[in-house]
Amino acid sequence: MVANGPSFRLLPRLSDDVAFFWTSGEDGVLRFLQCNACQFFNHPPGPVCRRCLSRDLAPHAVSGRGRVETFSVNYQEWIPGSEPYILAWVSIDEQPDVRLTTNLVDVEPEDVAIGMEVEVVFEHADDVYLPLFKPTSDGGHT
Amino acid sequence: MSPRPQEEPLERRAIISGIGQSDIGRRLGRSEIDLTVEASLAAINDAGLTRDDIDGISTYPGMGVGTPGFSGPTTPEVQDVLGLRLNWHDGGGEGAGQMRAVIAASLAVAAGLARHVLVYRTVSEGTAQGEGGRQGIGGGGGGGKVPRFGGFMQWSLPFGAVSAAIWIAMVGQRRMHEFGLTREQLGQIAINGRRNAALNPKAIYSAPMAMEDYLAARMISSPLCLYDCDAPCDGSTAVIVSHRDAAADLDHPAVHINAVGTALRGRPSWDQFDDMTSMSARDAGASMWERTELKPSDVDTAQLYDGFSVLTMVWLEALGFCGRGESGSFVEGGGAIARDGLLPLNTAGGQLSGGRLHGFGFIHEACVQLRGEGGSRQVVRPGGRGPEVAAVANGGGPIAGTMLLTRGIR
Ligand SMILES: [Zn+2]
Repeated sequence: MVANGPSFRLLPRLSDDVAFFWTSGEDGVLRFLQCNACQFFNHPPGPVCRRCLSRDLAPHAVSGRGRVETFSVNYQEWIPGSEPYILAWVSIDEQPDVRLTTNLVDVEPEDVAIGMEVEVVFEHADDVYLPLFKPTSDGGHT
Repeated sequence: MSPRPQEEPLERRAIISGIGQSDIGRRLGRSEIDLTVEASLAAINDAGLTRDDIDGISTYPGMGVGTPGFSGPTTPEVQDVLGLRLNWHDGGGEGAGQMRAVIAASLAVAAGLARHVLVYRTVSEGTAQGEGGRQGIGGGGGGGKVPRFGGFMQWSLPFGAVSAAIWIAMVGQRRMHEFGLTREQLGQIAINGRRNAALNPKAIYSAPMAMEDYLAARMISSPLCLYDCDAPCDGSTAVIVSHRDAAADLDHPAVHINAVGTALRGRPSWDQFDDMTSMSARDAGASMWERTELKPSDVDTAQLYDGFSVLTMVWLEALGFCGRGESGSFVEGGGAIARDGLLPLNTAGGQLSGGRLHGFGFIHEACVQLRGEGGSRQVVRPGGRGPEVAAVANGGGPIAGTMLLTRGIR
């Protein structure tokens, strides 16, 4: 049994450009900044679309489904009191070159594999909703 | 594509005329400025110069960035304590890996901004770590008012991705998936380093390491175990970068800078870089070979960054010593990377066993080998000749720089 993350979560500052992302989970939905001109998802968020340089950008809901691109089971107590936890880079289904560094939950290390399908689950910490991922409940949608 | 230089690359006007290194140890109980002065004066003396000849200075990263013990003294501190009168000065943590300081110095010399540049890198991470474990970024949290994070750190710290060990473990796991990399292959980097460290009097760890020792080490962040992570230490390394006109005045062979690699063509990010198995080493390596007629097969020794063992595997491929994904089989058995092998690798023990001098130890060792001063660990190539071409690489993830050094001009 591993933990959902470190014993203590360092948290992001909710500055204007990223507050939408870190609070998006309040309604259980993951959102990324999307370009209205070319539909490209820009992450991390910026003032212009990094594909077409349009400034017409707005947060847009995504399915919350993704794929484990790689992972690591961390044992070192970088943060004192932490039990082992699983880190992953998860790509989102809508645009797989967008990845999130995240924790995998509801899964044991021996059951994690690159390519496995996962879905978002939010952990509420103070005023932040951290997007974590768990194996898809329907066993995948291929 | 980068513009192919129509003229001789400017860095080729520079040489490394002198090298120096302080004592190196886990916890020396000496200040960073004291270690820096020791290394700097040794390098100046080695170049046959006095401090009055030094008219430039450069370091990585300068100005107190990073975790405790990481950054070393600033250039103003070193300038002042050595009483230097400078025409050019530079320090910074952004650029082509740790060796950005050497690359900047070579260009300053080529541009005529300085003639002899003192370049140094000092760490006291051994002392800073103390008796406790290695620290993560962002502190331990817990009591008191904890700061919030912005910038790129906000995307990793909340999830406990608080160390480069974790980010690079991700690269290692992906390589296992794509290329079939094994722990035994990773272990060859650690074992090779340990074998060479036994012949380096300044190395941190020199006790023999067998594969079963490696495999039995505790896991840090899978698939990286303790012996895949470098050894924090105290120490300073300095080199003097001079105009090549000074080569004739040296009492030892001049080490010429043949080409540097500085490119970063993918996204400057750990988790967004397009190729999770290589990252910016791919770009830096490619850009270096675009600036020289030399080929990977001309290289007599490679000093490739091993802050984590898997980074050396990345560099072996990025510099073209084997194909993409083939570094695992290249190091299999350890023969190809041994001192008498196809590509003698990390001949002073690297950072895994030699100590985490953070990039500059590799530059120093490349010069030692090219000058034929390696003593019992000196590389001798087939036919009995000394090494003439050395490749040096620093960095991992979105941070990478590389240089090709030669004995004499090529
Ligand atoms: Zn766009």
